[in-house]
Amino acid sequence: MIAEIGHYALVLALALALIQATLPMIGARIGDRALMAISEPVAVVQFLFVALSFAALTALYVTSDFSVANVFENSHSQKPLIYKISGVWGNHEGSMLLWALILAIFGAMVAIFGTNLPASLRANVLGVQSWIAAAFQLFILATSNPFARLAQAPFEGRDLNPILQDVGLAVHPPLLYLGYVGFSISFSFAVAALIEGRIDAAWARWVRPWTLAAWMFLTLGIAMGSYWAYYELGWGGWWFWDPVENASLMPWIAGTALLHSAVVMEKRNALKVWTILLAILAFSLSLLGTFLVRSGVLTSVHTFASDPSRGVFILAILVFFIGGSLALFAWRAPALKQGGLFAPISREGALVFNNLFLTTACATVLVGTLYPLALEGLTGDKISVGAPFFNATFGPLFLPLMIAMPFGPLLAWKRGDLLGAAQRLMAAFGIALIAMAATFAIAQGGPVLAPFLIGIAFFAMAGALTDLAERTLLFRQPLSVSLRRFVGLPRSTIGTAIAHFGIGICLLGVAAEANYGAERILAMKPGQTVSLRGYDLTFNDLLSRNGPNYRELLAQFTVKSDGETIGTLEPSKRTFPARNSATTEAALLTRGVSQLYLSLGDVGTDGSIAVRIYYKPLVLLIWLGPVIMVLGGGMSLSDRRLRVGAPGRAKKSALQPAE
Amino acid sequence: MRALTSLILAFLLFHAVPTHAVQPDEILPDAALEQRARELSRELRCMVCQNQSIDDSDAPLARDLRLLVRERLKAGDSNKQVLDFLTARYGDFVLLKPPLNMRTALLWSLPAGILVVGGVVLFIAIRRRRGQGSESTPQGIPLTAAEQARIDRLLDADPRTRS
Repeated sequence: MIAEIGHYALVLALALALIQATLPMIGARIGDRALMAISEPVAVVQFLFVALSFAALTALYVTSDFSVANVFENSHSQKPLIYKISGVWGNHEGSMLLWALILAIFGAMVAIFGTNLPASLRANVLGVQSWIAAAFQLFILATSNPFARLAQAPFEGRDLNPILQDVGLAVHPPLLYLGYVGFSISFSFAVAALIEGRIDAAWARWVRPWTLAAWMFLTLGIAMGSYWAYYELGWGGWWFWDPVENASLMPWIAGTALLHSAVVMEKRNALKVWTILLAILAFSLSLLGTFLVRSGVLTSVHTFASDPSRGVFILAILVFFIGGSLALFAWRAPALKQGGLFAPISREGALVFNNLFLTTACATVLVGTLYPLALEGLTGDKISVGAPFFNATFGPLFLPLMIAMPFGPLLAWKRGDLLGAAQRLMAAFGIALIAMAATFAIAQGGPVLAPFLIGIAFFAMAGALTDLAERTLLFRQPLSVSLRRFVGLPRSTIGTAIAHFGIGICLLGVAAEANYGAERILAMKPGQTVSLRGYDLTFNDLLSRNGPNYRELLAQFTVKSDGETIGTLEPSKRTFPARNSATTEAALLTRGVSQLYLSLGDVGTDGSIAVRIYYKPLVLLIWLGPVIMVLGGGMSLSDRRLRVGAPGRAKKSALQPAE
Repeated sequence: MRALTSLILAFLLFHAVPTHAVQPDEILPDAALEQRARELSRELRCMVCQNQSIDDSDAPLARDLRLLVRERLKAGDSNKQVLDFLTARYGDFVLLKPPLNMRTALLWSLPAGILVVGGVVLFIAIRRRRGQGSESTPQGIPLTAAEQARIDRLLDADPRTRS
């Protein structure tokens, strides 16, 4: 019964989505207020039905109703409750339903909080949003129904893939989807603006908070996923340039570019056409990511061809929305009036520089991801494009951006003074030089480029603080004056500085982890001690124990530093009988922001066990950086000063103050 | 999550029982040689895996390749000779960083190409728009003789500017 309710609720949601996709847009066209007003209640009710559908599936998982195929294939009665719930989106059908749910949430939020929007714009935005919702709901109902029943209900489920039985799965996908799908709002706004043929600074102000919120979720989602991979996959890697990772990185880069270009549009009424294009691209890349991951095209072009139903459906969605929006763009964009002139050296110029590099970086990832597929499809030749390619191309594109970043906020709008900005950055430059020299001295040799990376990281961090120091006249006025000025700063300015600081933190972690880590791989027997970077790890014992739905082989290690015990590490290997599969659970010991990382390999015939031990210096900064960036985004989002004229709630704009 | 799930599913497909990538028994006694082996391993693809280097992969094939790399290094091959040997055997597919040739010219040239073309286009666009813009702004229009005369009179009348 619950399954049928869930299924039917989704069908009703689709019907509502179709109404919302047509009537309000017709209303906007002919100027009928009654038709336009339909969009708000319908958007909310549509959300309620999708939520009901999602709740039904969750209930089926919690009660372990194995008569439903999806639950049978992905759940187990003995599984801990949290994984029963997170298992809802740990499979294709459920994750698509989560996608549809988040899409509906965003639609309802625009309806509820967008009361200050012009009626026709709101009708069009909600209309476009509903086109997307309808497409995905139809996709779920037609090809990926999570509510399908089995003729005979089995007694026990097949269990969720053990690697997915982790807190990571509970948090990572919803965050990532909030980001992905959040860009649908910017997309809908862009398409609505093109349909209306009118776009101005107010438009940018409405779009910015949505984009910023989506960007924050995506940032957290990617960072969270990276950390999950780091501790779950067992060899300490945190980014693999895998196509599925690239699929989430591309919308993030485009979204970052969009955030910056929208600033220019809002403040100076310039870059309108470009901002619209970025809004379309950011969501298009989200859709492309969905296609890449969901269609199976990545495994091989041939897998895709052999079971094309889902892939072709998503491809059709992709072609319709990307093709349609770009065609609309090509048709209507030339009519949009350009505004705001500026010199190449100016705040605008710096933001254009940012956009140029980010767009190129995004294109590089896109081409690198799709090139092997295209080449194989066209010529049959197989090549690989992996981490070494991306490191060689993406890195050189990102570093100039990091160096230029501190200059941006120090340049004036319209016409900036590069020399003046450089002079004000002398302190930051000095700090970077000191950091570089210190790294050289401490490392004594080592990788040649690494100190430069660390220098750039410090330059970015100190540069971000320079902006705040300049604005508060720090060290030039009494501290009380500076403090008062700081309190008076627009929150968006502080947010910018925090976010830019976070990027520097992240780079510092990346540079240190990649270049100054240590590793030992060896076979150990109980009683043996091994040293790594001043830490002595003693292998005490190997024992086995039972978990709720697995058995595990557990190794106990004591870690000593200078003769003092500082902790224990208990890496393990788990076997899950339901799936006859196993996972490796690494053990981590955090020292400041550095970590000792220990994971187990095979058990040898002589009673020894293979052990991998890593020392990862400053590794936590890799994820702390994004968290700081998100805090900066949140600070910026909370800026009330610039909310005037913007729709309710978290509507706000401006990473920069209007000066 | 799609990202991670699929990544992980892919791993699971190929490695039902996770073991470790590089095994203790593979490691060469010569630290410098081992270091080179690890560096090479990161450049080489485990061909039955999805986008994994042989350094990361647990697949038996990856292990065979790791041992092969070490064998060649012990025999005195240079890094390039090892890569050439493997490419001759398995084709370019084994290299995670594709070599520059006719088939990959587009791949390698695109990042720089987009940057250069985009930069030039933007620079020209900004300059041209400023050029157009200045014609319509007051600063761009030369003063008429009467306006100039009036300014001169005003400046003369002001004691601060009178020389």
